[in-house]
Amino acid sequence: MLEQRIIRNLQQTLGKEHVSTDKADLICYSYDATQQQFLPDVVIYPATAEEVALVMKLANAENIPVFPRGAGSGFTGGSLPTRGGIVLSTERMNRILEIDSENLVATVEPGVVTEQFQKAVEKLGLFYPPDPASLKFSTLGGNVAECAGGPRCVKYGVTKDFIIGLEVVTPTGDIITTGGPTMKGVVGYDLTKLICGSEGTLGIITRIVIKLLPLPEAKKTMLVLFDSIDGAARAVSTIIGHKIIPTTLEFMDGRTLDCVRQATDLEVPEGARAVLIIEVDGDREFLAKQVQKIQQLIQPLGVVETRTAETPEESEALWQIRRSVSASLRKVNPDKFNEDICVPRSKVPEMIRKVDAIAEKYQIPIVNFGHAGDGNIHVNVMIDKKVPGELERAHKAIEEVFRGALELGGTMSGEHGVGIAKAPYIPLEISEKAADYMKTIKKALDPNNILNPGKIFLD
Amino acid sequence: MAKLKNLEDYREEIEQCVKCGACRAHCPVFGAERREGRVARGKVALSKAVLDGEIGLEEKVLEDLSQCLLCGSCCAGCPNKVPTEEIVAAARRKIAEQRGLSSFGKGVAAILGRPKLMNTLAKTGGRFSALLFRKLPENSGLRLRFPAPYLESGRTLPPLTARPFRERCPERIEGKEGMPTVAFFTGCGINYMYPEIGEAFLRALKFLGVTVIIPKDQACCGLPAVSAGAGTVVEQLAEQNLAALTHEPVDYVLTACASCNAGIGKIYADLGGDYQQLAAKTRDIFVFLVEMGLPERLAELPKKGGVRTRVTYHDPCHLRTRGITKEPRAILKSLPQVEFVEMEDAATCCGLGGTYSVYHYENSKRIGAKKAGHIEESGAELVATDCPGCIMQLQDSINHAGGSQRAVHILELLNEALPKE
Ligand SMILES: Cc1cc2nc3c(=O)[nH]c(=O)nc-3n(C[C@H](O)[C@H](O)[C@H](O)COP(=O)(O)OP(=O)(O)OC[C@H]3O[C@@H](n4cnc5c(N)ncnc54)[C@H](O)[C@@H]3O)c2cc1C
Ligand code: SF4
Ligand code: SF4
Repeated sequence: MLEQRIIRNLQQTLGKEHVSTDKADLICYSYDATQQQFLPDVVIYPATAEEVALVMKLANAENIPVFPRGAGSGFTGGSLPTRGGIVLSTERMNRILEIDSENLVATVEPGVVTEQFQKAVEKLGLFYPPDPASLKFSTLGGNVAECAGGPRCVKYGVTKDFIIGLEVVTPTGDIITTGGPTMKGVVGYDLTKLICGSEGTLGIITRIVIKLLPLPEAKKTMLVLFDSIDGAARAVSTIIGHKIIPTTLEFMDGRTLDCVRQATDLEVPEGARAVLIIEVDGDREFLAKQVQKIQQLIQPLGVVETRTAETPEESEALWQIRRSVSASLRKVNPDKFNEDICVPRSKVPEMIRKVDAIAEKYQIPIVNFGHAGDGNIHVNVMIDKKVPGELERAHKAIEEVFRGALELGGTMSGEHGVGIAKAPYIPLEISEKAADYMKTIKKALDPNNILNPGKIFLD
Repeated sequence: MAKLKNLEDYREEIEQCVKCGACRAHCPVFGAERREGRVARGKVALSKAVLDGEIGLEEKVLEDLSQCLLCGSCCAGCPNKVPTEEIVAAARRKIAEQRGLSSFGKGVAAILGRPKLMNTLAKTGGRFSALLFRKLPENSGLRLRFPAPYLESGRTLPPLTARPFRERCPERIEGKEGMPTVAFFTGCGINYMYPEIGEAFLRALKFLGVTVIIPKDQACCGLPAVSAGAGTVVEQLAEQNLAALTHEPVDYVLTACASCNAGIGKIYADLGGDYQQLAAKTRDIFVFLVEMGLPERLAELPKKGGVRTRVTYHDPCHLRTRGITKEPRAILKSLPQVEFVEMEDAATCCGLGGTYSVYHYENSKRIGAKKAGHIEESGAELVATDCPGCIMQLQDSINHAGGSQRAVHILELLNEALPKE
């Protein structure tokens, strides 16, 4: 519990109604999509960088941990107040400050919801490609802190590829800016890239400068059913090998299709053991040609059926198959661990085979789908926590999945970050020396370890 | 008397929430006030904490749970279909049981004290005044929805009719042989505020030759009481309606109000037994009209020339969540004088939400303002819908926005299209 004196101080800084110690609010800010719970002592809703800076100064003086929080949709517990203290919500910092059509640059506050930003720029014929599946509710601040990715990353890259400048409140309460609205800039260290993906441990993002693209004229969606995961994976490398980079290359494995079959009335033929959703975007004439070429290239690779959408509604119907996965998984088992390993593209089938063997070994259903184009596989370990021993077996299976990915030259997380969920596994991937290098940075910037402590690294 | 489910009965549904946050994209209350306690995920978390005894029914919990329109938008967008609106309604009943109704429905409290019907009504129409309002039967949906203190809030409300609809019409209107017999569940909005919708309803069915029974002793469906947490009132009203709607055999019970449709068609279904059978017979008027081939009949009528009016459609939550979205549009599109245009976010709540707009009028207005903006952008002159409650809220929102559009019931437009007798 924080002393009354400190609460009063926070209230003076932010205004009474923006500081809450109500138990109801503490409960409402105690969780995220990991479903773990830790109660904070106080929830605050600052509106400006200056207010955030004052809070950080106070927190430093009093040694109170501060946990930044966007929408709380993180999958690794990054926003959880694991040590009590302050949850700093960015919900009030939600203005789009500027969209500069001439220079293709926008400036926003961190609490802006990703999709709302996308819609706003698209109205002006502009394009912000990063599209995490949580884009309808996650915030840009959270996206930057996690360096979120999505299906379109194959062609366009991840969040950090679009962030060219930031305003950041340092852990000690200074306000700095990094980068800026120019397309180039090499003065000093690239702090923008350092903050992107730092999971709220190195600074609080209070403003984001974003690079935009022109909105592609049109897009076309194809759903291709294959008789094996190898066929689907070879299709991916064949397409890319022929120097075509589609906007998305989403895949679902056979088990995923079994779930979809059971849970919906969407038609999936029996012989299909893998699916690719391929989308291409660009000029209209050019698209038709590209679709044709892709179809020719992949036809010999065990294609069972191809469906091509001609209208946005038809495209939506194809994506519906992908979207029905999440709900259908619950039919397998009530609880799940959603890991997001990433391997080199060509290693996807090998990785899937490994995962299947691990599932067999531990007798736990594991369902795979994800972004084949960049080798990012969502490994869903489905368990029932109520069954004795299942949780322990799941943890062992997950560790083996991580090891498997690393053996293939991959990584434990393609987009969800480390948070608290993957912190124990860090030594598997990062050498002690490299981890020390990172910890030195953290220590230099946050000497009292008050900004989002205990995340990424165990300490 | 059949009993509604308790909060305890919803434990399993509550535990289905995986805290993903997807409801943040769909909850209109959260859209108006971005705080976690206002969104479905927060309300579900609080309900769980109450169940587990981690938190008592303190002011902040009541406040957060009162901040729900029961619109079901979150559930539609939830990967696990967590029925937050049912959970919140059950939580409100628990609150009402433990703390009295004062926090949620002052108007409803009066009914609990004096449950007897008082079927006297004001003699004059004119503006909807607090005085006139007090003369409504105490268990009318309007009284349940708008307790007296609310009326001083400056809302524009339609005039209250001098003679309620059910007093104007016979209890039975004979149709043609071989056609179905239906009961018309009028609901309070049509009975006391919009009798013209009731009349249009009768004309449409007469055109088709359907036999209509309008039971005089029907009561409010109970949905406003659900919103207020007045469980016993809901159960009493359900019992009364079951008796009223079953003393003559009918093929269908028809509604022309989305809330009534959800009240009888869904809440009663949850009560089981005879109630469930009644619920199974309940049809929205436009679903029925489409089944009866009305659009085709309209197409056969001689074409009249003249200008067509641009009309857009607002999806009432209580139809949308029950999967009824095509039929009202099909009827609208079949009308010769209508040029149908779709507006953005036609399916988001108008912001009325039972007792919600009573206690949170400012938020209700904010939600309504968004809607008014979309209506304006659509270029429509009229916004048609299928719920008197929505009509009232939409008109209020348009008035606040300074717009010139009118909110109407689709039946009123249909009325114009039918041949004159
Ligand atoms: C259904 C679902 C689908 C998802 N799909 C994807 C996907 O496709 N791709 C993907 O990458 N992720 C995905 N995620 C994970 C999650 O949505 C992302 O990590 C997202 O970026 C988190 O944003 P948020 O606003 O919810 O942040 P939060 O969860 O609130 O916070 C995430 C991290 O960011 C920090 N943070 C938040 N705001 C700031 C700030 N202003 N300054 C500094 N640090 C801050 C927090 O401290 C925390 O460490 C998904 C999640 C769900 C529930
Ligand atoms: S969308 Fe459903 S499961 Fe997700 S947080 Fe909201 S209520 Fe819970
Ligand atoms: S029922 Fe409507 S108002 Fe209530 S939580 Fe769900 S979306 Fe929000």
